Amino acid sequence: MKKTNPKAKDLNHATADPKGVLTGVHFMNGDQSACEGALAAGCRFVAGYPITPSTEIVERFASRIPTVGGVFIQMEDELASSIAIQGAAWAGLKTMTVSSGPGFTLMMEHIGLAAMLETPCVIIDVQRAGPSTGLPTLPGQADMMQVRWGSHGDYEVIALVPNSPQECFDLTIQAFNLSEEFRVPTFVMMDECVGHMAERVVIPPAEKIKVFNRRYTTLPIEEYLPYRTGKDLVPWFVKAGTGRRFHITGLTHDERGYPTMNAEAQGKLVHRLVEKIRTNAEQIVRFEEEDCEGAEVIVLSYGITSRVASRAVEMARKQGIKVGRFRPIVVWPFPEKRIRQLAGMAGGFVVPELNYGQISLEVERLVAGKVPVTLVPHGGGTVHQPEDILRAIREIVRL
Amino acid sequence: MKKQTKKETPLSIEPRPQNPIESLIRMERLPHMWCPGCGIGISMGAFARAVLESGIDQNLLSVVSGIGCTGRVAGYLRLDSFHTTHGRAIPFATGLKLANPKLKVVVYSGDGDLTSIGGNHLIHAARRNVDLTVILVNNLNYGMTGGQFGPTTPHEAFGTTAPYGNYEYPLNLPYLMDVCGANYVARWTVYHVRQLTRAMVEAMNKDGLSFIEVISPCPELYLRRNRLGDALQEMVYLKENSRIQNGAETRSVAIEQKRQEIIVGKFVDRERPGYIQAMDEHLGKAMGARYQRPSFWEK
Amino acid sequence: MPAKGPRGKVHTVADRCKGCGFCIEFCPLKALRASGTMNRGGFHFPEIVTPDKCSGCNMCGMVCPDFAIWSEKLISEKDESES
Repeated sequence: MKKTNPKAKDLNHATADPKGVLTGVHFMNGDQSACEGALAAGCRFVAGYPITPSTEIVERFASRIPTVGGVFIQMEDELASSIAIQGAAWAGLKTMTVSSGPGFTLMMEHIGLAAMLETPCVIIDVQRAGPSTGLPTLPGQADMMQVRWGSHGDYEVIALVPNSPQECFDLTIQAFNLSEEFRVPTFVMMDECVGHMAERVVIPPAEKIKVFNRRYTTLPIEEYLPYRTGKDLVPWFVKAGTGRRFHITGLTHDERGYPTMNAEAQGKLVHRLVEKIRTNAEQIVRFEEEDCEGAEVIVLSYGITSRVASRAVEMARKQGIKVGRFRPIVVWPFPEKRIRQLAGMAGGFVVPELNYGQISLEVERLVAGKVPVTLVPHGGGTVHQPEDILRAIREIVRL
Repeated sequence: MKKQTKKETPLSIEPRPQNPIESLIRMERLPHMWCPGCGIGISMGAFARAVLESGIDQNLLSVVSGIGCTGRVAGYLRLDSFHTTHGRAIPFATGLKLANPKLKVVVYSGDGDLTSIGGNHLIHAARRNVDLTVILVNNLNYGMTGGQFGPTTPHEAFGTTAPYGNYEYPLNLPYLMDVCGANYVARWTVYHVRQLTRAMVEAMNKDGLSFIEVISPCPELYLRRNRLGDALQEMVYLKENSRIQNGAETRSVAIEQKRQEIIVGKFVDRERPGYIQAMDEHLGKAMGARYQRPSFWEK
Repeated sequence: MPAKGPRGKVHTVADRCKGCGFCIEFCPLKALRASGTMNRGGFHFPEIVTPDKCSGCNMCGMVCPDFAIWSEKLISEKDESES
């Protein structure tokens, strides 16, 4: 039995602009599909810098966007790309940049800026094996904590993890919608395998694609403050050139957007930056689970690893083990509530990932020692052998 | 209001009308944080007058700053203004401009910000001839962090990180911008306020990248550490030791020594197509009817 | 051309002044001097010596880093040349 968590409040207010939607059935790889997702979501500005294995996204955007009506600019580096998109966002566009490991590392500075300015923008990281230059053409999943914590200071982000080219399309649209709604940098955490594997991708007609358009302030100039918020803690947007003469800064600021150099302002600001995601987390999280309640073992995996894990789950079931599958689709914020529940209903967790323990730490934190959590680590460069995951499953049930 | 002013400052000459440039300044944020005698405020005043004189639509004028003393300019101007990260004002401004070409976008930042940590962006913005005006206030050192040497610090000048003197040589910024392809390159000092204002008007009316280097005293750090006198002496020095040479060969205008003649003037004024025009024309030519000009570019 | 009465008028906001002295130094007609008193910040702000001297050229305003002083013309250039 497959189910997803109850559908979050319907976020979306509009349908896609048909100009950007390549309706039809396609055979394309995850990179290309993510690009189409961005176009369908209404992204009209991409700044990028070439890096394997994400380059196909910007290549496709460079080729497609002049036929749709938008701008692609290849910047001098990822630092520039990740802030050029923020300039364009403050002029009113939906914007995106794209990178992989080393380039993603360079973007950390502006992930912090986007969090601080509350710039809606999407960043795709097609993960490769690291650290450093690592294995440029081969997969990794070791940026999962970096995306959560990589820039200095306290902030929250939203990150989604597709495991197929179809999901690269769907989740990129979702990333734009979430980013626009919550005004946080939002990430699509692909990996080289998902980016480069080609599969059937169905792009629906524009009227079937829901998009969330930015909420601009309607308050008169005298009443509007760039960072005053209501209950949802998300300020409504203002764009340049509308006569409001607003100021924004990466310094700690007050509701006016003016630098305010004291602990009180800092506390207030950071509290809101964090709480606007934490209090809305249940509405943001998405996951897919199968036979988890009462399972002897739950295999929790994401991205390409979730597909390898499926094979291991099948093998284990053939051996008579009750195995559940859990796949976070939104990985940040993490589905904390559900994992805590499942910790009381299952015999243990196996977490295979292409790193030496990142999401497994989150699972351990939530399970809090109630049941065993086994990491199946992998250095990247290829995917797990299903047998390695199976072995971990069998160890938990002590077969 | 009048009463109050009189009370606080008994010798204030007259109840005042507004300083004409106040409409462009976030008065509620004054006094600004710059040291006494710092030239950044002079340059900002010149900019405000340039905006008023040029008749530019202030609602369509954006200012983008990086980090540092000059980086605070954005926060004091009553315009759409963006205080970004260290060195990255130019790429932010590039995105802003490309997303709405109706905006005039001015990058206003310091020498350390734009030429050291942001040097690569400066070079490529000039190479692309992006339609931006870059106002670079050069105070010859890092002020905000306390007077370290930087890529514009003259040879053998002292800084807190060059305690025995600077053994590096500084950049010649007009030359750099010239060879990279900027459409407009000028240098003035804050003493040359009239010419500086005129240059700012000219620069904001150019397509492509326009660049103005503004030489400005840093009295508390650079001048003091180098025993070059106070701010007033420096202003007099700038007056007496600057030579206006419009059209000068940019390779000849380096400021390499602590004390030397400073060549000022408009060095480059040419009409290469700006980035937006180049992109638009090229894609139109290369793609023909398939080319869709962005709707947000329409006038 | 000798001035008949003041041609310009200086305005100051003394408390904004940080005492750099640029306005006094660069006033072409040397119409300003440092006040004997101090403002709130402890700086000797400028004051006009002889109001009649001021031509309203606004050099003081242009070189002031603190927007604390400026001058305006009382007679437009045109009127002046006609008289």
